This record gives sequence, structure tokens and C-alpha cells, in this order.
Amino acid sequence: MRIIFKTDYMQDLRPWKDGYQLSLYLILIALAVAAPFLIDVFFLGELTNVLIWALAGLGLMVLTGHTGQASLGHAAFLAMGCYANIILMEAGVPFMLAFPLAGIITGIVGMIVAIPALRLHGIYLAIATLAMSILVDDIIVLTDHWTGGVGGKFAPPVNVFGFMIDRWGTPTAFYYLTLGVTILVTLGYINLLRAPLGRSFIAVRDSEVSAQAMGIDVSRSKAISFGVSCAITGLAGALMGLFAGAFNNETFSVVISIQLLMMIVIGGLGSIHGAFFGAIVIGFLPQFLSISKEWVGALFGGSNVAIPGLEFGIFGVILIVFILFEPMGIYGRWLKIRTWFELFPFYRKDMFKRQKSYLKTERLR
Amino acid sequence: MSLLELENVTLKFGGLTAVDNLSFSVEQGEVFAIVGPNGAGKSTVFNLISRFYTPVNGKIRFDGHDLLKEKASSVANFGVARTFQNIELFEHATVLENLLVGRHRHRGSNFLTELFFTPSVRKQELQNRHFVEEVIDFLDLQAYREKRIAGLPYGVRKVVEVARALATDPKLLLLDEPASGLSVEETTDMRWWIDEIRRQMGITVLMVEHDMGLVSGVSDRVLAMADGARLALGTPSEVQSDPAVIEAYLGKAS
Repeated sequence: MRIIFKTDYMQDLRPWKDGYQLSLYLILIALAVAAPFLIDVFFLGELTNVLIWALAGLGLMVLTGHTGQASLGHAAFLAMGCYANIILMEAGVPFMLAFPLAGIITGIVGMIVAIPALRLHGIYLAIATLAMSILVDDIIVLTDHWTGGVGGKFAPPVNVFGFMIDRWGTPTAFYYLTLGVTILVTLGYINLLRAPLGRSFIAVRDSEVSAQAMGIDVSRSKAISFGVSCAITGLAGALMGLFAGAFNNETFSVVISIQLLMMIVIGGLGSIHGAFFGAIVIGFLPQFLSISKEWVGALFGGSNVAIPGLEFGIFGVILIVFILFEPMGIYGRWLKIRTWFELFPFYRKDMFKRQKSYLKTERLR
Repeated sequence: MSLLELENVTLKFGGLTAVDNLSFSVEQGEVFAIVGPNGAGKSTVFNLISRFYTPVNGKIRFDGHDLLKEKASSVANFGVARTFQNIELFEHATVLENLLVGRHRHRGSNFLTELFFTPSVRKQELQNRHFVEEVIDFLDLQAYREKRIAGLPYGVRKVVEVARALATDPKLLLLDEPASGLSVEETTDMRWWIDEIRRQMGITVLMVEHDMGLVSGVSDRVLAMADGARLALGTPSEVQSDPAVIEAYLGKAS
């Protein structure tokens, strides 16, 4: 077991615990940078997809994982980011400006949406955001003058410091663009979490009453959380549009919202790691299924016909299994395994058991 | 001028009068206790001061400010910190994170500086961390610094709540039943701490408590309440021997 002796307050302030942990993350980043030389183009595309999903997951994690506000409408913000980015680019705004602007616009819209949504709790908020997701679908069709409606739009290649980046032409460059954005957003996220704002999110999630008593303006914190969440999701949406190449009103359907929420639950709510773990599951599951289907077919002599709904069926099963047996998600499971090794042989079975809290003051809601 | 003044405060929930024309004031530097049978409206008084409830009429002034003009989240900014009767900690955060939330009212940074974690944010966080460490030191919480609240025993949670309130660096500390559910030893510790909070830190304490041993041990003045109204106000021994108080607790001799 590693025991960290703390002699300096900076040790609590740094995002990493010690040099060992820092070197692990640096190795991970080095591997991610080296990936185009290690894997072929198909899997590089899949990895890009996973990173984009992880980015979208980070967006929802801010709101659901850290502020405790469920949202079933995040596909709407993906769509908003995507369309804002493309429309701005078509209007002649260079990508390097249009891309962050798409994030900011989505963030501001998210904050405006948050104002009426702030009064809602739990399931009611989920329903309101679900409505949002359905509405955006219609709005895209109705405003076909800008959005191309049902016919959709095509993503142009983008120009980053003179490099033309195109998902099909230069997949490596597109991968690096996605990786760069993901790393920057993750670092910003880490910074927020170790600063007063991130702590106020967690405070609002765990007890609104005492957050208020500590001087935190609950509705303001929620609105900012909505804004940050939607801005990150907007960036992910912009990348998703560029990655898909073509999109229309059905690309960002309610199903995507539900998948996003499932993703962060499977990954582990309330942790940055969870967004990445969840994205790996969501991103690689279809590939894993098609590969294993061939394998099963070869073994039992069955045919390779597609089974409709198989993917979603498996998703559903995975989600149910996680909620029943591992509510803390993959990240929670990973923590348990790590603790088991660190404390060997002193790990106790109920070490991570959630204590039921009685006597919670609900009257003040 | 008193630090905290309540003047003719009345609060009604529908037909029920929870607080009935209550007036009292808390002086700078004293320990003031509110006692009374269950349902007397003691915690409601706290929730009024915290601005969770708005009275039908009356005035609440703190340190020269009219609290009734303020939002619930601004009360802490004037220097009023509180604990809750049924512990309200941030369950899934560590003790350290809980205490750091207490520093929120001293936040000088904004969204952008925090996003980039500028040197000024770093400096502020180091100061916060230092202040919190002093509170940890004061309340002997060193062993629990990195522990999540969800796994802590009840007695420790009670202390963490006091610590979180102290981390806000308050002028007035509202303690809602600080000793309820604590063992005899823990109550003795709490009594010693309340004394130190007043003496060493110069913080005024207003508390609701049932344990008369603790109340008479630390408080300068006691307010006895029943059915939302004031029964008696005075030193602990005066209040304990007041016939109206005895009647409220034990009933009338026939």
C-alpha cells in the first residue's frame, strides 16, 4: 500500500496525488498521442468517436454527476453545438473562432433554459429536459432555411492554423484535434473541481439546504452548472457533426440523450474517469457486438444476419446489471479493485457500502 | 447594540402559529441557549434567522443589517453560520471538501480565473486550506481529513458540522442541538469546544439544546420557549426555577 505523507498544502491542491500517479497519466497521454502509429485507420476512427463521446459525457457529468441534476435533453445541446459551428463556418467565420463560439453559444442557451428548469427537482427536471430534446428536433425542421431541415447539412473540412482537417481525408489530424480539445476540457474541468465553483456544485448535489446556509446561491450555481455542461456538450456536438460528415434533425435524437445518460451511469457518476470509461463502453460496444457475432456464427454455424435491436437490448442489460450490482459504475468497481490490492489482506466487504441516511431534512424543499 | 435582534417575530404555517410574537436579542460574545419542549419552535427560530422561512411580521436584525431583506444564501455572507438538527453534510465528499465549502463566502475568484487556476486562485486556495487546517486542529479531526462523510460515525459527523460552520469564519454560530445523540464523553468535549469557540475565537454562540447539563454549563443566558412564545429569559438557574418553565415541562400541579 502506498501511503502519502503530506507536508505541504500544495499536495492537496495539485490534481495528482504524487509523482507515481502523475507519471501514469503522462504515460496515458503519451500513448494517446502515439496511437495513430500503433493502430490502423479504422480503429483510430473508433478512438476518435470514443473521445467525442467522452467529451459529451464530461458535459453531462458536470450537470448530473457533480451537480445532481438529471438531464435527458443533452442531445439537444449536441445538436445546438453542431449546427452553431457549421452555420458560423458557412457564414465565413474561421473554424478556430467558430468552434469555441459554438460552445459559448450553447452554454448561454443552456443557462437560459436552466432558469425555468431550476425550480424542478429530480424526475420533473428529467421530463422537462426530455421535452427540450424533442423540441429541438422540430425546431431544426422548422428553421430549414438555416439548418437544412430534414435534408440535413454536410460538414466542410476545417482549417486549423493552415492545416486542412477532414475526417476522411486526414483522420490522424482529426484525431489530434479531438484529443487536444478533450485534454483541454478535462484540464479545465479538473481546475473547476478544485476551486470554489466545483465545490459549490457538489454542495448543491448533496444538500441544497446546507449549501444555502454556507452562502452558496443554489439557483446561480445550478444555472452556471447548466451553462458549463451545455458548453462542453456543444463542443462535443460540433466535433460530432464534423466526424459524422453529414447530419440532419434525426442525428441528435432523444435516443442519443438516453445513451449519454446511460453512459455516465455505467462509467460512474460523479467522476471525470466515469465519462471516459462510459464512452469506451458505448463507443466500442457496437464493434464488439459485430465481431463477437461473427465469432459466435463461426462457432455454431449460424448466419451473420443482423438482429434488430440487439445493440440496445445489450445496452439495457448492461445498465440494469450496473444499477443492481455496481451503482458506482466502472470507476467505482475500479476503485474497489485498487483498494483491495492496496489494503491486501485487510479489505472489508462493506468498505464502500453506502450508508442509508435517515432523518434527512426534506421539509425545507 | 446587540449582535442579533428579533423583534415581535411571528410565523404561521396555515392555521398553526409556529412562532408567536417572539422578541429577544443576543449580545456580542455571549453563549445564548434556547430551550423548550418538542415543537416549541426552537429550530423554526433558527430557520427564520437562516431565512429559510419568512415571518408574517416582525424584524430580524443582525449586526446592523435587516436580514429580512436578504436571500437565504446571503445570510452566511454577513457572518452567520449554522449546524442542523439532522446532520446536513455533503455525504459524498470528504471531510476536507466539506470544510472547504465553508470557505465559499470568502471566494474572491470568478469562473474564468478558476477555469485556468490562476496564481491568485492558487493563493486563495492555499489560504482556505490553511484556515481549514486550523479548524481541523481545533476540533481534533486530523484522523478524518480524507474520509468520506458517508462512512463516518454519527458523533464525528456532528463535530464535522460544527467544523464546517467554523470554517466560514462566522461572527455568530447557530448550533441546533449540538449534543443530541452524543455520548457523555462527546458531550463533555462539545461543552469544552463551545466554551473555547466563544473565548478563544470570540464567536457569539446561539444554540438550541435539550441537555440541561450542557446548557447550564456553557450558556450565559437562556430563553425558554413553549408553543412558539417566550416563557422565560435569564440566567440558566433563573430559567430552571421559573414556575412557567416547570409547568411547560412537567404540567400543572393539581
